[in-house]
Amino acid sequence: MSLNSSEAVMYNDTVVRQFSIMAVIWGVVGMLVGVIIAAQLYIPELNLGLPWTSFGRLRPLHTNAVIFAFGGSTLFATSYYVVQRTCQTRLFGGSLASFTFWAWQLVIVAAAVSLPLGFTQAKEYAELEWPIDILIAVVWVSYAIVFFGTIGKRKVKHIYVANWFFGAFIIAVALLHIVNSAAIPADFMKSYSAYAGVQDAMVQWWYGHNAVGFFLTAGFLGIMYYFVPKQVERPIYSYRLSIVHFWALIFTYMWAGPHHLHYTALPDWTQSLGMVFSLILLAPSWGGMINGMMTMSGAWHKLRSDPILRFLIVSLSFYGMSTFEGPMMAIKTVNALSHYTDWTVGHVHSGALGWVGMVSMGALYYMIPRLFGQKQMYSVKAIELHFWMATIGIVLYISAMWISGVMQGLMWRGVNADGTLTYTFVESVKATYPFYALRLLGGLLYLGGMLVMLWNVLKTTSNGQSVNVPVPPVAAHA
Amino acid sequence: MSDFEFTSSFWPLFISVITVLGILGCAILLWVTNKTKVQPTEDMSTGHVWDGDLREMNNPLPRWWVWMFIITIVFSVAYLIIYPGMGSYQGKLGWTQVGQFEAEMAKAEEVTKPLYDKFTAMSVEEVAADEQAMAIGGRLFLNNCAQCHGSDAGGSKGFPNLTDNDWLHGGEPETIKATLTNGRVGMMPPMASMVGSEDDVKNVANYVLSLSNSQHDAARAELGKEKFMVCAACHGPEGKGNQMMGAPNLTDGIWLHGAGEKNIIAMINNGKMNQMPAQADKLSEAQIHVLTAYVWGLSNK
Repeated sequence: MSLNSSEAVMYNDTVVRQFSIMAVIWGVVGMLVGVIIAAQLYIPELNLGLPWTSFGRLRPLHTNAVIFAFGGSTLFATSYYVVQRTCQTRLFGGSLASFTFWAWQLVIVAAAVSLPLGFTQAKEYAELEWPIDILIAVVWVSYAIVFFGTIGKRKVKHIYVANWFFGAFIIAVALLHIVNSAAIPADFMKSYSAYAGVQDAMVQWWYGHNAVGFFLTAGFLGIMYYFVPKQVERPIYSYRLSIVHFWALIFTYMWAGPHHLHYTALPDWTQSLGMVFSLILLAPSWGGMINGMMTMSGAWHKLRSDPILRFLIVSLSFYGMSTFEGPMMAIKTVNALSHYTDWTVGHVHSGALGWVGMVSMGALYYMIPRLFGQKQMYSVKAIELHFWMATIGIVLYISAMWISGVMQGLMWRGVNADGTLTYTFVESVKATYPFYALRLLGGLLYLGGMLVMLWNVLKTTSNGQSVNVPVPPVAAHA
Repeated sequence: MSDFEFTSSFWPLFISVITVLGILGCAILLWVTNKTKVQPTEDMSTGHVWDGDLREMNNPLPRWWVWMFIITIVFSVAYLIIYPGMGSYQGKLGWTQVGQFEAEMAKAEEVTKPLYDKFTAMSVEEVAADEQAMAIGGRLFLNNCAQCHGSDAGGSKGFPNLTDNDWLHGGEPETIKATLTNGRVGMMPPMASMVGSEDDVKNVANYVLSLSNSQHDAARAELGKEKFMVCAACHGPEGKGNQMMGAPNLTDGIWLHGAGEKNIIAMINNGKMNQMPAQADKLSEAQIHVLTAYVWGLSNK
C-alpha cells in the first residue's frame, strides 16, 4: 500500500470498516453457537451424537467467538476509530493495522476449526493450542505498535481518557496471554502447561478474571468514554473521577482471580486476598458507571428518542449491576452457595449480554453510518426493535439463571436431620430443566436482535459507500 | 520449581508488601483526588477538547461513592486482620477452610451419633426391618450408589443389579459390608491364548451359552466343552462361578457385560477389569452399616 500526500492526511478507516462489519458477523455466529448449546442443555439429543457437535467442544467455540471474535473485532474497530480522532492523526504503522485485521480473522477461523476438532489446552477462555497462541501474540504486539505509535504521534497534547483504558487493555492482555499460554509443545497441536497443579489453576484464573477485567471491562470502558459523550453531546462528568477509578481499577483487577478458586487447594491466604480485592473493586468499577451515567445529566430526555443512546445507557446499568454482583459473589460465604451453579452463568451473561454486548452495539450503530457516508442507520426503527429484543432477552436469560442457580445451590446443601443429603444431584438437574427452556428463549431473542442488526447494517452499507475522512487541522486551543 | 511453591517464605512476604502498598495506594489516591481544589473554568470543563466537541468537566467525586470506597477499604483491612491473608500470618481467629470443614463435620457427627448408635447396636437384618433406618439407607443409596446401580438399584451394563439374588462376591450381610467398605476389583483375564484358535474360542463361547440354555450352536458347544477346562479354574467345572474369586455364575442367564456369542467371544479375547470403588473414605462405619442393611434388604424382602 503506497501512501501519497493526500492519503496521508486521511484517517485510516478502512481497517475500522473491516473490523466493524466482521464484529457484526461474528456476533451473529457466536450468539448462534450459544443458542445451539443452550438448546442442547434442554434437548441433549441436539448434540447429534457426534464428537464435533458435542457440548464440550461447542461451548469453548461459543465463548471464543463472542469474546475474541465479536468482542475483539469491536475493540479493534472502536479503538482504531477513537485513537485516530482523539489524537487527530492517522493510524501509525502503515499496513500493520491491515495485518492485525487479517491475522485476527485467521486466529478466529483457526479457533472455529480446531475447537470442534477437539484441540484444546483445557484452560477456560485460553483453549487455543500453541501455534494459534503464537499468532495471537504476534497480532497483539502489532496492535500495540499501531495503537501506541498513534498515541506517540498525536497532534493533541492531552491523552483522552478513552485511550488510557484502551492502552491498559492492550498492555494487560499481552501480559496475561503470554504468561498463561506458556506451555511445552508435545506435538503440532498438543502442549502441556508450563505450570503444575494449584499454581496452574492460579495462573489460569489470574488470566481468566483479568480477561474479564481488561478485555471485557477496560477495553469496553474505553468505548464508553468516547461514544457516550459523543452520542449525548455532553462533556464527560468528571475528569478526576476518571483518574481515581482508572488507576484503582487496573491495579485491583489484577488481584481478583483467586475468587474463582474459593474452598479449593489454593492456600487460604491467597483466597482471602482474592476476596478482599474483589470487594475493593466495587467502587472503582462504579466510578466508570457514574462517569458515563452522569454525562447524561441535563440530557436524559434524549433517551426517549435515541435508541443508540438507550443501548449505551442500559449497558452501563448492566455494568453497574454486574460489578455489584461480582464482589458480592466473591465473598466466601456467598460463593459457597453460588459457586458451580447457574448463578455464575447468569452473572457472566448480565455482564456479557448486558454490558459488553449492548455497549458494542451502541458504538457500532454510531460508527457504521459515519464510516459509509450516511447520516444514520438505514432503519432507526430496527435499532429500536433490536434494543427491545436484546433487553427482554437479557432479562429472561439472567432471571432464569438466577433462580435456577440459587435453587441449585440450596438443593446441593440441603441436609436431613440424619446427616444425609436431602436431594440427589439428578433431582437438582430435573428442577433446573424449565429454566433452561426460559434461558433458551432469552438467548433466541438476543440472537434475533443481532440478526435485525445484521440486516440493518447490510442495508446501510449497500446504500452508502466507504468514505475517507480527512484529519482536521490542529486547532490552537487543543 | 520448589522455590516457587506457595510454601516458600519469600513470595508470601513479597505479596503481603504489595497488598499493603496497594490498599494504601488506593486510599491515598482517593484522598488526594478528593482534596484537590480545581480552578473552576467558565463552562466547568478542564478546557481540553478532542475530536471537535469532546470535553470533560471536573465535578467533585460523589460523596456516597467516596464513602463506599472507604468502607470497602476499611472492611478489607479488618478482614485481613481477622482472617488469614497476609502471607504466613494466620489471622486473629486462626480460621482455616480445613478447620471449618472439620468443625462442621464434627458437629454433624455429634448431632447424628445417637441415631446411628441405635442402628449399629442392631444386626443388619434388624436394621433392614427398621422403617427409619431404611429411609436413611434409601437416601444414602440415592446419593452414593444410584449413579452406577440406578435409582431402582436395577443396575445396567457393567453395573450389577442389586435387587436379584445373583451375587458376584456373595450376598451375606458381612460380604456386602466388606464390598461397600473396601470396594471390589473384578478381573477376567484375556483367555484367547489359553483356549486356542479363533475357532476354539467360538466353540467355548457356544459351550458357555449352552450352560444357561441360551441360543447356541450345539455342535460347536460340544466341541468347546473340553476347552472350557481352562475357564473352570475360576468359573468351576459346571460354570456355576466362585464367589470367593468374584467369578460369575455362567448358568443363570444373567450377562453383566452383554449377552450373545459376540459379547462372550470379546470377553474371552480381551478380558475385563471392573471396579466397585471403596466407600470407607466417604461414609462412616455406621452409615455403611445402614447402607448394608438397605442393599441386603433389596433382595431379602
